[in-house]
Amino acid sequence: MIDPLAPFIEFGFMRRALVGCLALSLSAPPVGVFLMLRRMSLMSEAMSHAILPGAAAGFLVAGLSLPAMTLGGLGAGLLVALLAGLVTRSTVIREDASLAAFYLISLAAGVLLVSLRGSQIDLLHILFGTVLALDDSALWLLGGISTLTLFALAALYRPLVMECVDPLFLRTVSRAGGPTHYAFLGLVVVNLVGGFQALGTLLAVGLMLLPAIAARFWARDLGGLIPASMLIAVLSSFGGLSLSYHLDLPTGPSIVLAAGALYIASMLAGPRGGLLYRLVRARHLEA
Amino acid sequence: MTRPDRSPAGGAIRLDALTLGYDRHPAVHHLNGTIRAGDMLALVGPNGAGKSTLLKGLVGEIACLDGRIERGVAQRAIAYLPQAAEIDRSFPMSVADLASMGLWRRAGAWRSLADDHENVAGALSAVGLSGFERRPIGTLSGGQFQRALFARLILQDARVILLDEPFTGVDARTVADLIALIRAWHGDGRTIVAALHDLGQVRAHFPQTLLLAREPVAWGATDLVLSPANLARATQLSEAWDETAAICARDHAARPHDGQDAGHAGHGHGHAHHHPHPGTEGAA
Repeated sequence: MIDPLAPFIEFGFMRRALVGCLALSLSAPPVGVFLMLRRMSLMSEAMSHAILPGAAAGFLVAGLSLPAMTLGGLGAGLLVALLAGLVTRSTVIREDASLAAFYLISLAAGVLLVSLRGSQIDLLHILFGTVLALDDSALWLLGGISTLTLFALAALYRPLVMECVDPLFLRTVSRAGGPTHYAFLGLVVVNLVGGFQALGTLLAVGLMLLPAIAARFWARDLGGLIPASMLIAVLSSFGGLSLSYHLDLPTGPSIVLAAGALYIASMLAGPRGGLLYRLVRARHLEA
Repeated sequence: MTRPDRSPAGGAIRLDALTLGYDRHPAVHHLNGTIRAGDMLALVGPNGAGKSTLLKGLVGEIACLDGRIERGVAQRAIAYLPQAAEIDRSFPMSVADLASMGLWRRAGAWRSLADDHENVAGALSAVGLSGFERRPIGTLSGGQFQRALFARLILQDARVILLDEPFTGVDARTVADLIALIRAWHGDGRTIVAALHDLGQVRAHFPQTLLLAREPVAWGATDLVLSPANLARATQLSEAWDETAAICARDHAARPHDGQDAGHAGHGHGHAHHHPHPGTEGAA
């Protein structure tokens, strides 16, 4: 009989990993919900690549140092977000195209930097994370990012929703649209940087988007989508860590695969447009 | 500049040799005149005449190519209903929330909307959407959605309201309801500018009309402006751009343009030869 709680009771590093992932599970999925609703889901994938050269530069300067790689990642991510936003708002290029251009440049620069020093293993480290080696400073960082994200989303909520639904209207009544947009891109970057401590740059996107997309099958409005996405992320983190311990699997992919399994289950059984509900034709109402 | 440089009174908008357009090609060309406070003005003209462009310019959505707009109210106090709203109707939002967006100027990003439930319900009931408060916006029909946007306009409570073809795809009964609403706004002394295609509607409800065909054709009392001669002139407009058009050399010092072709001697753009330059306020 496998006890899912056993590894967390037994080992301190598993408890640390769980705390770090739970912090990320509360902040990344709401950001993912807004990305999904703005049809910018893949934008976070691009951003996760954009972070790479910064993290690599930090790694080159200071070795496997958390502050250096975090600062580098934040710097590179925010720079790409800002440049892409500027190009979108001042030229004919649309957001997806301008972001694609900058993230490709950024990714290539990152791979180049990593290959200058360091080996394949170092690159894998950056790409796939170190969830079982979260030290105190990493946990503080994840907790801080989570707190910041939740407060920022609360403060930006109204203009952010308006910018998603009717950007033209927001432009005509307020100047808040631009700052809101950049602040939101900043939150995406901050959460991806937080996520890459735990899961690596590539898998951080998984904990941001999969719970958000899965939540769409359970809730109809934002008030339901956001808590549902958080719950799915928490379950994925817990289940993924537990499985990775018992089956001796790498943790980052386990967590994201757990989220993926919940997504597929939601897609099949979710009450809001899930596949199984489509198969059964419910009797229509009178009016 | 011979005019005294003071802002027009609240709710009025003065257009001063206003040229608006895209890629330097004018879509509204050298428009002079004043939309007075409390005017109920119809914008009429063929497709491509610059009606939408003028409204976008008035609300500040596009920059002036030349000339200027003097607004008697803050730019962000102008309510604007675009022709094709960029609204994402798949977004999970209720009808009441959509209408509540109109409260932004009062409530901003953080102030509570708890005391405004009655206002929102009142606005929705005024457009015949009582009972739709909790419905997601994606489930509304086209006409119902347009009503919801009018509810948002009601809550915006603006001195100046710009409407770009507000009745497209809306059934006759809804149009009648919405026109009654617009007339009530007019009664409140609000300034209303609406781009419309239905000349019957314009004649029946709008005291003032600006007939545009890229160049202003006539501006004034509706029955004078919508004369057969003016309408014929407006339809001569060519929708195509002249890619090789020369830089407009119309002498800005020769304003105001209320004489026929005053100061137009050095005028060199190709598209302008289809019709004579009219007096902008000739019919007023």
